[in-house]
Amino acid sequence: MNGILRISYKLLVNDKAKFSALLVGITFAVFLMVMMTSLFAGILQRSSATVINIGATLWVMDPAVNTPANSIPMPDYILDVVRSINGVKYAVPLYSGGALVKLRSGDYQSVTVLGLDDNSLYGRPELIDGNINDIYAENGFIVVKDAEFKKLGNPKIGTEFEINDHRGVIVGIAKVTISGLFGVPTLYTTYKRAITYIPSTRFTTAYILVGLKSSDAVPYIKQQVAKLGYLALTKDEFIEKTSTFYKYQTGLGVNVLIMTVVSFIVGLSISGQTFYTFILENMEKFGALKAIGAKGSELIYMILFQAIFTSLTGYGLGIGLASLIITIAKIRLPDYAALIIYGNLGFAFVMVVIITGISSYIGVRKVLRIEPFDIFRG
Amino acid sequence: MAGLAIKAQELIKWFGEGEAKTYAVKDVSFESYLGEMFFIEGPSGSGKTTLLSLISGILRPNSGSVLVGDKDIWNMTSDQLADFRLNKIGFVFQDYHLFPRLTTVENVAIPLILQKHDWNKSMDRAMEYLDILGIKSRAYLPPVKLSGGEQQRVAIARAIASSPDILIFDEPTASLDGDTGRKILDFVKKNVLNEKRCIIIVTHDSRIFEYADRIMKMEDGKITGIEKGESREK
Repeated sequence: MNGILRISYKLLVNDKAKFSALLVGITFAVFLMVMMTSLFAGILQRSSATVINIGATLWVMDPAVNTPANSIPMPDYILDVVRSINGVKYAVPLYSGGALVKLRSGDYQSVTVLGLDDNSLYGRPELIDGNINDIYAENGFIVVKDAEFKKLGNPKIGTEFEINDHRGVIVGIAKVTISGLFGVPTLYTTYKRAITYIPSTRFTTAYILVGLKSSDAVPYIKQQVAKLGYLALTKDEFIEKTSTFYKYQTGLGVNVLIMTVVSFIVGLSISGQTFYTFILENMEKFGALKAIGAKGSELIYMILFQAIFTSLTGYGLGIGLASLIITIAKIRLPDYAALIIYGNLGFAFVMVVIITGISSYIGVRKVLRIEPFDIFRG
Repeated sequence: MAGLAIKAQELIKWFGEGEAKTYAVKDVSFESYLGEMFFIEGPSGSGKTTLLSLISGILRPNSGSVLVGDKDIWNMTSDQLADFRLNKIGFVFQDYHLFPRLTTVENVAIPLILQKHDWNKSMDRAMEYLDILGIKSRAYLPPVKLSGGEQQRVAIARAIASSPDILIFDEPTASLDGDTGRKILDFVKKNVLNEKRCIIIVTHDSRIFEYADRIMKMEDGKITGIEKGESREK
């Protein structure tokens, strides 16, 4: 069989024009599919940046919350009730809200402010400069050095700014796992300072972050929180809820899906059409092979090999090209939210398998129908 | 003359149905023998090519049998027929049907590869056949770079590569000038034909009848006569 496949390989790659067209079709389709789904994955991941960066195991929130950015404050007594539930090791409040800061330059800049529990600083970021204890210093804020950092004028420790008529001072520079989605810088401070400096509603606790005595306690805690009229979600559930919201309630998911389907159709059209033309142009040769003594199964292997080889090569090139473009884009555009995950690769692979299957089916049908007698008839 | 190569008995083949039904081959019986050059001659549309397809296991007759050895090839399964064509029959098509994307030596090696021989051994043997046919120097060129006569030789090399008992030539001189055609037939007669091989040639080129041992004439799907060729008379 190896010899036959080698012949098949040579017939394919030595027809450089057709082979290139096939590769371009599949590469382009894979590239578009991976780019679209990666962008979507990146957006979804960034939409849950607060959840991932804070890292709490269990989050208590208002049931109407769809994403971490749209918190609905809860009354303070909820925190005490949660602390009293069996299985809760600790529970701390988290402030999450938006504010406007005035820079030394006079410019205004929107920011996200996260207020950490004053006692534990639970969910604090990893500092790359400064000391975490300085967050307790007067007007202390920690700034996250992410893609949005420069929007605050590349602050250093000691840089001052104004926030709602209060003085703020950068006391630390931190890094986080994931940048936020909305293109605004993030400041960390203490919970008390956050609710003091930033105009607030009557209730101020955006989320209650819960530590567990045991992971078995989760169902019970959820049940008890639900009795209070609130919702407790694990970290993964909160990320999933956020993703679901963006996928199905914002139009983002449908738009990306449409673009992905278009990419698939483009790829299928180009490669299917080219493969069909390739088979048509080689019909006489396949007929001659049949006349010489090639069995139907051998011709099927040849076509399958050609289709699979082209598809896998195109798949590899498409993934490589997408990775390259995303890497370059991330270097040039730090805000660029694209993330290649196994899911993207698997999805693109399945699409390529479908393209291969359809192209092969067309080719095999055509070749099996050819009569060697037609070769004699000329 | 040695043993029987092919025995065709009462072959009938028609195309179409009803009023469109046309008989391409009508009740044709003949025998060809190992060691002979057997010509099938007739005008266009006389059924030569159809008959060639019937006896080579390519086109199933509506009735009749084709015996090779003691077996009727039309009792074989499709895979057995493919094996029969691969191992017993060598084809030299009118348009050669060489693969332009393969080198000359790879073209010749195709039957050997289909016979599941190792790639390198197939290439070595294909090279030997190219040497026999005097075109070894063209081994690594694509067929499109060869002249018509050279392409014909490549097609012959491919046909004999699987060491078949029966070689079938379809209009071998149709694309060649008279001189080249005669040279090819001369070469075939001297170097390809042997006592273990029968060569069947379909042609309407009377210039090459001098190479025939016997000539079967066809018209309207029927045999109108079988006569000794000029080669036999010499």
